[in-house]
Amino acid sequence: MLSTKASCSSHGQDSSYFLGWQVYEKNPFDEVVNPTGIIQMGLAENQLSFDLVESWLRKNPDAMGLKKDGESVFRELALFQDYHGLPAFKNELVEYMAKIRGNKVKFEPKNLVLAAGATSANETLIFCLANPGDALLLPTPYYPAFDRDLKWRTGVEIVPVHCSSSNGFRVTRLALEEAYQRAQKLNLKVKGVLITNPSNPLGTTMTRDELNQLITFAIAKNIHVISDEVFSGTVFDFPGFISIIEAARDRNLESTDVWSRIHIVYSLSKDLGLPGFRVGMIYSKNETVISAATKMSSFGLVSSQTQYLLSNMLANKKFTSKYMKENQKRLKKRKEMLVSGLKKAGIECLKGNAGLFCWVDMRHLLSSNTFEAETELWKKILYEVGLNISPGASCHCTEPGWFRVCFANMSHETLQVAMQRIKDFAERSSCSGIGKSYQQNMSSFRRKLLTSNWVRKLSSSDRDEQER
Amino acid sequence: MVAMSKIATGNGHGENSPYFDGWKAYETNPFHPTERPNGVIQMGLAENQLCFDFFQKWLMKHPEASLCSPEGVRKFKETALFQDYHGMPEFRKAVAKFMGKVRGDRVKFDPDRIVMSGGATGAHEMVTFCLADPGEAFLVPTPYYPGFDRDLRWRTRVELVPVDCESSNNFKITRTALEAAYEQAQAANLRVKGLLITNPSNPLGTILDRETLKSIVSFINEKNIHLIGDEIYSATVFMEPEFVSISEIIEEDIECNRDLIHIVYSLSKDMGLPGFRVGIVYSYNDAVVSCARKMSSFGLVSSQTQHLIASMLSDDDFVESFIVESKERLFKRHKYFTWSLSQVGIGSLQSNAGLFIWMDLRKLLKEKTFKAEMDLWQVIIKEVKLNVSPGSSFHCQEPGWFRVCFANMDDNTVEVALMRIRTFMLKNNEAMVPRSKLCRRSSLKLSLSRRKDDFITSPGIMSPHSPLPTSPLVRART
Repeated sequence: MLSTKASCSSHGQDSSYFLGWQVYEKNPFDEVVNPTGIIQMGLAENQLSFDLVESWLRKNPDAMGLKKDGESVFRELALFQDYHGLPAFKNELVEYMAKIRGNKVKFEPKNLVLAAGATSANETLIFCLANPGDALLLPTPYYPAFDRDLKWRTGVEIVPVHCSSSNGFRVTRLALEEAYQRAQKLNLKVKGVLITNPSNPLGTTMTRDELNQLITFAIAKNIHVISDEVFSGTVFDFPGFISIIEAARDRNLESTDVWSRIHIVYSLSKDLGLPGFRVGMIYSKNETVISAATKMSSFGLVSSQTQYLLSNMLANKKFTSKYMKENQKRLKKRKEMLVSGLKKAGIECLKGNAGLFCWVDMRHLLSSNTFEAETELWKKILYEVGLNISPGASCHCTEPGWFRVCFANMSHETLQVAMQRIKDFAERSSCSGIGKSYQQNMSSFRRKLLTSNWVRKLSSSDRDEQER
Repeated sequence: MVAMSKIATGNGHGENSPYFDGWKAYETNPFHPTERPNGVIQMGLAENQLCFDFFQKWLMKHPEASLCSPEGVRKFKETALFQDYHGMPEFRKAVAKFMGKVRGDRVKFDPDRIVMSGGATGAHEMVTFCLADPGEAFLVPTPYYPGFDRDLRWRTRVELVPVDCESSNNFKITRTALEAAYEQAQAANLRVKGLLITNPSNPLGTILDRETLKSIVSFINEKNIHLIGDEIYSATVFMEPEFVSISEIIEEDIECNRDLIHIVYSLSKDMGLPGFRVGIVYSYNDAVVSCARKMSSFGLVSSQTQHLIASMLSDDDFVESFIVESKERLFKRHKYFTWSLSQVGIGSLQSNAGLFIWMDLRKLLKEKTFKAEMDLWQVIIKEVKLNVSPGSSFHCQEPGWFRVCFANMDDNTVEVALMRIRTFMLKNNEAMVPRSKLCRRSSLKLSLSRRKDDFITSPGIMSPHSPLPTSPLVRART
């Protein structure tokens, strides 16, 4: 009776990514009211810098109160439904996007299309670029909800590009080619490759080399490149962020075909921590895409009330500079706290410089090198340790044992509680023999350490130094 | 150059149609009372601009609604983070209550069945994605809102099959017409999944009577197809007869399969807030609610706006006085407008709702064709300088009807528009009326000079909907 879309599970909500949420919602942690509840570490939100926004709001009540110079602009805003967007807002957005990229690239408002969050922006872009049954290549691991956003209503397929821990999950030309061949064998027409840079869930930025390989691949195969850059403002450490547009421009590709096949998706949900306001956007130099996407944006325009508020906020350059700097500082500090806390529990993370999460290596805690063991471990962490983290399988990671753990959506104190719980869990695991491979790994690690020490002893003539 | 999708490169968005000429004419030369007094007046946009002062007064008294009071700022973080596709409970509760009030509290709406969407535009597309697969079809009575061609078909790839309605019975939706459309779809190998009705109607400005609604409900149950009731103009019913919602009919009809019933709503018309993108899907089908809720991720209402609307619509006094005042203002504007048109021999379909009238210009057509309608339309845009919407853009089966919006301008602009119409009609009449009858013009001049105030104090003159019996236009044709 209903459509196929309504009756199938392509919305992806039967995945563990969403199940963890449901369990959390039944028993959410609260420092005071429910200190033994589940701590939400599966939500990539940025809650670290609201005080800065609130301080701006207090000094600028007109923007929230739908006033301009004390006069009400309610009527104008209430009537404003032009799918080209509020000009002032788009002007500020392109400047902000450029600022995030160190002003190394410039963006034009006429090439920007607004959408109701990155969720809507991604879907709209796919509707513009691919027909039902076409395919997109996506490097793994990737954001679980892409299965819904890119495939559900569009009818487009995703073919994963397998990335492995052996090289830090970097995207290689080989992996891209292999995925492309796989798509061909399945009789799927590849229309483009979608990257998330900075990566969710890895928390890393793509290197120039990676970006160049990707662009070369896109040129060779005559396909689109979609770069989801929603975390671009969360880059807090070296080596810094290179946008796909910058990489392409540095190769002097501006007057070539591929320039109109490069598209960026952005949003204010992660950088500014405003997911509720539903501000997403598509940036493209392709006139057909801009034209079609603009019309499609009718299905999910940004509330004029919100456009007005944020155009005022972003217009304050002092505020945006202060916010960017301070936000990055706080993210770095918070990440370091999580990384060191995990380290104390004998758990390592992939080295990352961006995002609101760590990509955590718990392979040594698996009872076996399988996804069943990963699920078992995930459930243990959810129900016994009381942390909702995201298992790598939900991100389509090809190796079991990796987990995404968010750190920016809670208070400092809550993170400390989480760290303590992990430490206790790790200690329990090593005592009770759960995670036998952890034991084995640790003993082989210790053996290696002893060996190298002995080798050093033999090679060095300085006995004092070795005994330290 | 690698191709884009068929959707992106095709014409499914509908914007290449000749009907956009009117918009283009308006955009290149928009009317302004002082800067561009000879510009084109926009009468093709169904907006409700009559009650903004109401909102402004309320906002001034309630700064916490826009989060800009000291108390409000503390709520900022919670609001900014809220992206739950269930929507804020207080928002859903307030919208459900408002919908009930608009229907005179004759029905109650369950807040848990309220699903958000990106305006009614987003709501329609979302419902279609939930109910129909590519290649399947919906029946839609004509004339209908042109945007449906895009909203229901473009990305969903669902087909629309028109249900022909005629002026001979005031465009009523008959059982015969429904059956004929259903058969037509079958003959074309299209699987019909549902029927979409707009009640109150755009562009007619009329409401469906109880009998028609019951007949529709019986039809969809018999065929086991969905019924989507677009009720976005429900609070614009400014005159008897009273609005009857599909939600009321199903309360009375125990035989009806409620899983087939869905309502699309929005605050864009009733409250005049199109910029805030508040669209609602209300379904009696649990599976549809569940699916639509997940899909609503593609067009959630900004939490900032949810908060504002929740505050506003939770204020019972405000809501009650708004509903009454809005109707009053629409009634006055409609009555004056239709009466003024009738003074120059222009009739319109008798209506009691909406932000527009369905104007009858069949008598002005050179011949009974759609080409003649387009020619007349070009004249209206270029010479009379009014952007009105030709009936063919609404898939009307008979040429000569035009939708004219009256609630998107102030009183002065209304006068300018009416003056232009009068001038045009007089010119037309002079060309048609024999000289001997021109002496009647003096009495005509008198009635033309009647001002709005005169009209309002003596309402019982004549039906505003039929041309004056002494209209030179009528005499010239008989």
